[in-house]
Amino acid sequence: MIGRERMTVASQRLIAERTYELTLSGRLVQEMRQPGQFVHVKAAASADPLLRRPLSLCHIDHKQGQCTIIYRQEGKGTALLTQKQPGDTVDVLGPLGNGFPLEAAPAGGRALLVGGGIGVPPLYELAKQLAKRGVKVVSVLGFQTKAAVFYEEEFAAFGKTYVATDDGSHGACGRVTDVIEARSLEFDVLYACGPKPMLRALAERFPNRPVYLSLEERMGCGVGACFACVCHVPGSETAYKKVCSDGPVFRAGEVVL
Amino acid sequence: MNRLAVELPGLSLKNPIMPASGCFGFGREYAQFYDLSVLGAIMIKATTKEPRFGNPTPRVAETPGGMLNAIGLQNPGLDKMLEEELPWLEQFDVPIIANIAGSTVEEYVEVAEAISKAPNVHALELNISCPNVKKGGIAFGTVPDVAAELTRLVKEVSAVPVYVKLSPNVTDIVAMAKAIEQAGADGLTMINTLVGMRIDVKTGRPILANGTGGLSGPAVKPIAIRMIYEVSQAVSIPIIGMGGIQTAEDVLEFFYAGASAVAVGTANFVDPFVCPTIIADLPALLDELGIDRISECIGRSWKTGAHAVHCRA
Ligand SMILES: Cc1cc2nc3c(=O)[nH]c(=O)nc-3n(C[C@H](O)[C@H](O)[C@H](O)COP(=O)(O)OP(=O)(O)OC[C@H]3O[C@@H](n4cnc5c(N)ncnc54)[C@H](O)[C@@H]3O)c2cc1C
Ligand SMILES: Cc1cc2nc3c(=O)[nH]c(=O)nc-3n(C[C@H](O)[C@H](O)[C@H](O)COP(=O)(O)O)c2cc1C
Ligand code: FES
Repeated sequence: MIGRERMTVASQRLIAERTYELTLSGRLVQEMRQPGQFVHVKAAASADPLLRRPLSLCHIDHKQGQCTIIYRQEGKGTALLTQKQPGDTVDVLGPLGNGFPLEAAPAGGRALLVGGGIGVPPLYELAKQLAKRGVKVVSVLGFQTKAAVFYEEEFAAFGKTYVATDDGSHGACGRVTDVIEARSLEFDVLYACGPKPMLRALAERFPNRPVYLSLEERMGCGVGACFACVCHVPGSETAYKKVCSDGPVFRAGEVVL
Repeated sequence: MNRLAVELPGLSLKNPIMPASGCFGFGREYAQFYDLSVLGAIMIKATTKEPRFGNPTPRVAETPGGMLNAIGLQNPGLDKMLEEELPWLEQFDVPIIANIAGSTVEEYVEVAEAISKAPNVHALELNISCPNVKKGGIAFGTVPDVAAELTRLVKEVSAVPVYVKLSPNVTDIVAMAKAIEQAGADGLTMINTLVGMRIDVKTGRPILANGTGGLSGPAVKPIAIRMIYEVSQAVSIPIIGMGGIQTAEDVLEFFYAGASAVAVGTANFVDPFVCPTIIADLPALLDELGIDRISECIGRSWKTGAHAVHCRA
């Protein structure tokens, strides 16, 4: 069930350029199940900034009662979040949305996880849960530059992990799609999260394959009430899906990218 | 004695708190959080005759203490509203105020007639003021004669009382309110959002795909209060007030200005429990201020003085 809780900051650390790993503890963790779900975080106690910020669950630890999110400092809201110290509280609404379908990957099958930049975090919990189900996980993580890279070793714990940077300062030079081509990576199911051009490239490169994409859209409510986050359904003028409550994960082809 | 009860045309409300149109969908999402029967009423999302997709995204942009939206009246259309959404809401003990919109007079009239016959619709809210639709909408809301004529035609066909939602995007809101009152409206709701724009400093382009959007949230509250203060002294029909309400104190401020009930919009996005929280907080606030019934507060800011103060800046 979706709940709202003032969760307690267990730890926060800088893990890459402007990129923070924030671990929260609270009852709400027990409600968190699916990789790809997100939480809606209120960064300020005041009305400025007013709206919540959608951030993906990166790691769910039911035993410890903790969840981790990884975020990049962009504007006002994320800048305020960087100020949070252990023991402080954060107002969290969640878990929200429908995550990556684990059952799309057959046990013993191969899953290719493709992340771009700040789209990488939700794939970590996915890698963990897939590996636990006996799925062979291969990850391709793309970043702008070396200083932005994070969680390379953490992903490697669950399977072969390739890193690409736009400027070639770490790993392969180029895009994630270049790595998939160069290494002729095969898969039974592909899961991806990252910038829209990357998602589009993947959808076009692998038509009619089981490809699941996590989308981003500006949000109001985060729960399906305000119609801020809709996208078109192919072949219809009026049919729509809401990224917050129908997604954020969709099968490629289900919505117009 | 129910201290929070208020009486308005068509609406005997157990408390004066209702979610504002467009900020609560058709209630389904918030029913996950609490029993919707605790609400005074529900203003459901605008209905048009045909389904509408609305505007391209991004549809929201944040501003200090507020937000801009350009949803563009996305809704499933009249038929689905009558067949699915309104019947679903019948499980709750809560009157529905149906917000209706259109691009032509004929469309408004047709939607009004049909939706006003639904058993749980206790009143209509005529949305003549949505700033986010290219055709119609805004013109109805900014020209008093046009608004009055539309009100009259909708009144003729409606089976329930008609409230007209005023746009703040006018130079003389009192003239507009008076014209609508004379045309036979049973009440007013105000304010809708204020037209605004934000530009992305990186791209140099507007953030909203629609360019402009409607400003809502705490930032607009003083404008709503001022407009209700002026209009409530100029008309004798009741006002449902809205614009930036977040707390029980805000509710009282609207009552003092001249509102007889209030709606909560944007605050639902920040805190899905905001409406029940306000309802729960009100009695203690009334105690603290030595008020028996909330209805005593209506228009107190101008009623207690010897005469109304004119403070139009
Ligand atoms: C489902 C989902 C999951 C996400 N997961 C992560 C994550 O795990 N880590 C991470 O770093 N970022 C993630 N993002 C992006 C993150 O929400 C934005 O970077 C963040 O909201 C920016 O807030 P700000 O106050 O720093 O920026 P500002 O520019 O001040 O934000 C202004 C407004 O724009 C919205 N906004 C700005 N950028 C985005 C964006 N890319 N997507 C949606 N809304 C945006 C904000 O929410 C806010 O309402 C996710 C977005 C979505 C939709
Ligand atoms: C996302 C969003 C959608 C809205 N949709 C409608 C609508 O369909 N019809 C309408 O009359 N008003 C609509 N409004 C206006 C609100 O009902 C309300 O008048 C306004 O937001 C001011 O109240 P607030 O500051 O509490 O949000 C919408 C507002 C928002 C923020
Ligand atoms: S953010 Fe409100 S419907 Fe998706």
